[in-house]
Formats: sequence, structure tokens, C-alpha cells
Amino acid sequence: MDRISKFWGLHAEPPKKLRIFLTLMPFIVLITVYLAASDYRHRQNPSDKLLPTVSKMYDSMKNAAFTKHKRTGTYQLWSDTGASLKRIGIGLGTSAICGLLLGLHLGLLPGIRGLFLPFITFMSIIPPLAILPILFIVFGVDEMAKIMLIFIGTFPIITRDIYLAVKKIPREQVIKALTLGASQFAVAYRVIMPQIMPRLTDTIRLNMGPAWLFLIASEAIAATSGIGYRIFLVRRYLAMDIIIPYVLWIVMIGFFADWGLRKLVHIKYSWYLVSGD
Amino acid sequence: MIMDDLRKKSLLFFHNVYKVYDRKVVLDDIDLAVGSGEIVTVVGPSGCGKSTLLRLILGHEFPTSGLMLIEGKDVGLADSTRGIVYQKYSLFPHRTVLGNVVEGPRLSLGFFERFRRKQELIDEATHYLEKVHLADHLHKYPHELSGGMRQRVAIAQSIIMKPKILLMDEPFGALDPGTRESMQMFLLELWEELGMTIFFVTHDLEEAVFLGTRLLALSQYYTDDRGNDKNINRGAKIVCDHALPQVAQSTVVKETAEFGQLIQQIRRDGFDPEYLQHAKDFNLNHPHSYQTLSEEECRQ
Repeated sequence: MDRISKFWGLHAEPPKKLRIFLTLMPFIVLITVYLAASDYRHRQNPSDKLLPTVSKMYDSMKNAAFTKHKRTGTYQLWSDTGASLKRIGIGLGTSAICGLLLGLHLGLLPGIRGLFLPFITFMSIIPPLAILPILFIVFGVDEMAKIMLIFIGTFPIITRDIYLAVKKIPREQVIKALTLGASQFAVAYRVIMPQIMPRLTDTIRLNMGPAWLFLIASEAIAATSGIGYRIFLVRRYLAMDIIIPYVLWIVMIGFFADWGLRKLVHIKYSWYLVSGD
Repeated sequence: MIMDDLRKKSLLFFHNVYKVYDRKVVLDDIDLAVGSGEIVTVVGPSGCGKSTLLRLILGHEFPTSGLMLIEGKDVGLADSTRGIVYQKYSLFPHRTVLGNVVEGPRLSLGFFERFRRKQELIDEATHYLEKVHLADHLHKYPHELSGGMRQRVAIAQSIIMKPKILLMDEPFGALDPGTRESMQMFLLELWEELGMTIFFVTHDLEEAVFLGTRLLALSQYYTDDRGNDKNINRGAKIVCDHALPQVAQSTVVKETAEFGQLIQQIRRDGFDPEYLQHAKDFNLNHPHSYQTLSEEECRQ
């Protein structure tokens, strides 16, 4: 028999050191290419704005994070981050709670399913960005419209995902709970709901992407603070030295939120990852 | 009259029960009376409706027509008068062994009661888990247990509620032969100790004869005065009803000639599509057995 390959083919078994190397490889390539290109452009034109040097980005960010803004009296990076996180937190949070409750009832109660499922399916097809103008008209250009956009963008998907998760729980579990003396209320909230909490956490993780999209879209159009607002504001001056670090900052926040939720499932719902036939 | 008498003293009483899906008759005029303390085992060819019969008693499905009583009361929706052990899905995956067994007593309690009586409930559940020899595994999750252990947790989870009748739907069907046999012995020991009534559906004839104090075969392979035309929409009936020894026996009994003969007889009566008995000639020799045939089924 041929020796099992370390990298190629279905049966490849990369050793640990190689796996670490493989993980880092694309990042190293990206950074190297950027640095080379930036260096090349700066040699041509020392005041190049398109590919700023690392030191330039560092200075701009230090300024944004640790210098009080002259006019507003706030630290720009932190006030932007705070405003954005508040919007995304409230928007995604309410849509998670509403999605959990509606999805649970859709999955368990045939009456509610008949009433809402076709409607939710219809709603989830509407592209949220298409109704953004309506939201601004109805809710004004304040916080409410931005939160509503995130809510409307993620709520139908979370609801449908929870609904499918509830439908997948075998009917036997419901009957079993009834034979243990559970009321209909207890079946829903004390037997089925705890079983879909880890799925809810997963759904939130997956919906973070769309939530950021809607947040930045709404901030780009009308806002006075926020990460999306800042990126679109400085675009006018071609300030790549702000835009690139801000994007990396979003990636970092997203990565840690995702990591935190994943850890939560590991610790609190250890049964979820391994059970299931 | 015999029927009224049976109706009064039986734990479970069926009279002219039919179950029809779309137009297909599954259960065809079932009459059944079960006294308390019995282990009733139900066998039959696959698709004959044994699980449907069990789900009717459970309250998971409802009869198309007919009377079904538990202790004189209409069977109705699933509730704590019956317990159920399935082949799988009996356990809640998000609860530990202890959590699964405590769940029953807890579910019917209010929010504050649950906290006030926490220790008492845990003690009770631990007591039942000792009975099923699982006191060492209290904090494991179901996915960490072997098949046999899982079924023992499921049994403890059900009997802690003290149901009037414990329903078991092929509970040992997914276990390997060795574990299966030890689970059979274990169930009999538990039955001798607690004296519960068990309704046990299985596709394994040997298991049914070994465990049961009463054996029912449900089958669609029979004939009656409706004739043998292809268009006759016939469902399964109880084609034989045997009284078996009332004491738990060692597994050695499985080797005896009598045991083998009975299995052969049931196999012929219930499982042979060529062997069609007339409904009035069924071998219904259990003292609680009764049968009311309709005019169509048996013309005088």
C-alpha cells in the first residue's frame, strides 16, 4: 500500500505542526503581499493613501482610541464601537428572543403553525435592505430604524431555524413528557425549550454576519456615530489608514463574539455536541 | 353477563375498537380485557398494528371507533396513568441520568415547590436508580450510557410515576442478545418486586413467551364470514391469547420442548400467511379473553 499522504487526498493525515502551518499560511501570504505592495507604492509616492503603512495605521488608530475628540469630547473608536454594539445587541437580542418564542410555538402548536408559518415564510423572502427606506420613513433616522432593520433582517431566519429544530424533536418526547405528568405549558417551556437553547445559540452565531451587514448599511445611510458611519465618513478623504483598522476591529469583535458563544455551548450544553443518533 | 363483569374488574378494557387510516383498516374489532399485575406481551407480523395498539392505550393516537377504558375511565390523552418506554427517544438528551428520573415528579410541581422539595425528589429518584443498578452513574448524560443502561434509566423514569400500566414498545429491540437476556431477567425481577402491570410489544416471539404472563398475537392472517375476496378491507385481530406461567423463570426454560412447541404454535397461528383460521375458531384460552364478533364477521 502507498504511504498515506500528509496533505493530498481523502485520507490525508496532516501532523500537528503541519496543521498549524497550514492555518497560518494564508494569513502570512496576505500580510506579506500587502506589505510588499504598500512598500512598493510608497517608494513611488511617499504620500500614497491607498495602501497605508502599518505605522500610519497604528498612529491613526492610536489617535482614534486614546485622544479625546476636539469637538465632541469623546474617544472616537470607543464611542463608535459602543453605539454599534448597542444597536446590534438590541436588534439581534430581541430577534433571538422573539424568534425563539415564535419558532417554539410554530413547531409545537398546529394552530399557530397554520396561522403564522406561511406568513413568516413570505416575510423572510423580502430583502430587508429593500425596505430600509420604509423603515427610515416610519421610524425616523434615529436608533429605532437601525434596530428594526437588524431585527427584520434576522428574525424570520431565526424563527424558521428554531421551528425546524423543534419539528425535528421526536413526537415521542412530547408524549413521554405528558406521561410524566407535564401540562402542555410544561411540555413547551420545561421539556422542549431547554432542548433547543443550544440551537438558538448556534443560530445567533450564524446570524451575526447578516446582523453586521444590516448594521453597517443603516449606519452608512444615516447616523452620527457607529463603526459603519465612520468607515463611510472617512471614505470621502480616502482614509484607508482608518478604514482598514476599523474593518479588522469588526473582524476581531465578531471573532470573539463567535468564540464566546461557541464556548458557551461547549460548557453549558455539552450534551448537544455529542448526542443525537 | 361475562362482559360487564370483565369490564368492572379489568384494569384495561377494549370493546369493538377499530383503527382506520385513510381507508385502510389497521385494527379490526379488537376486544381485550387485562387484569392488573399481568405482563401482557404482544407479538405479530410487522405492520400488523401492534405499535398502533400500544399508541392507542398511550393516548398518542385515538381509535376510529370503539370503547377503551383504563380502570373504568375513558383512555383519553396521554397522562401519568400510563408510563412508556420506547426503543429510543425515551430519555431527555439534555438531562443527566438523575435529571431524567427526577423530571417526572418535578414536572407536575410549581416553581417554588420544586426548590423546596429538591432534596426529597433527589432522594426518591436515587432510590429508584438503585433499584435499576445505576446509582454509580447519576451524573452522566444519556449519550454516555450503553443501550442497556439507557433502557434501565427509562424504566426508572417511568416507574417513579407509579403508572397504572407500563407500556413498552420493543424496548430491548436494539440491544445485543446478551444484554437483551439480562434486561429480560432484570425486568422480571423488578416486576416481581413491584407488581406493576406491563404491556409489552415485541417482534421477538421467544422474548414474548419468556416474559409474558399472557401472550397476545395480533395478525391480519385470518378469515371470517366476510369471505376471502381481495376487496375485503380486513385489519388485524387478536388471533390467539395464551395464559402463561405466573412466575418469573430462569432462562433455562427457553430450552424446553414445551417452550418450543408454544412458539411453533404461535408462529403458525399468527405469522403464517397461508394458515387462515376462522375468526370464531381463534385460540383464545386466557380466562380474561372475550370476543364479540359482528354479524358480518360471523353469520349464525
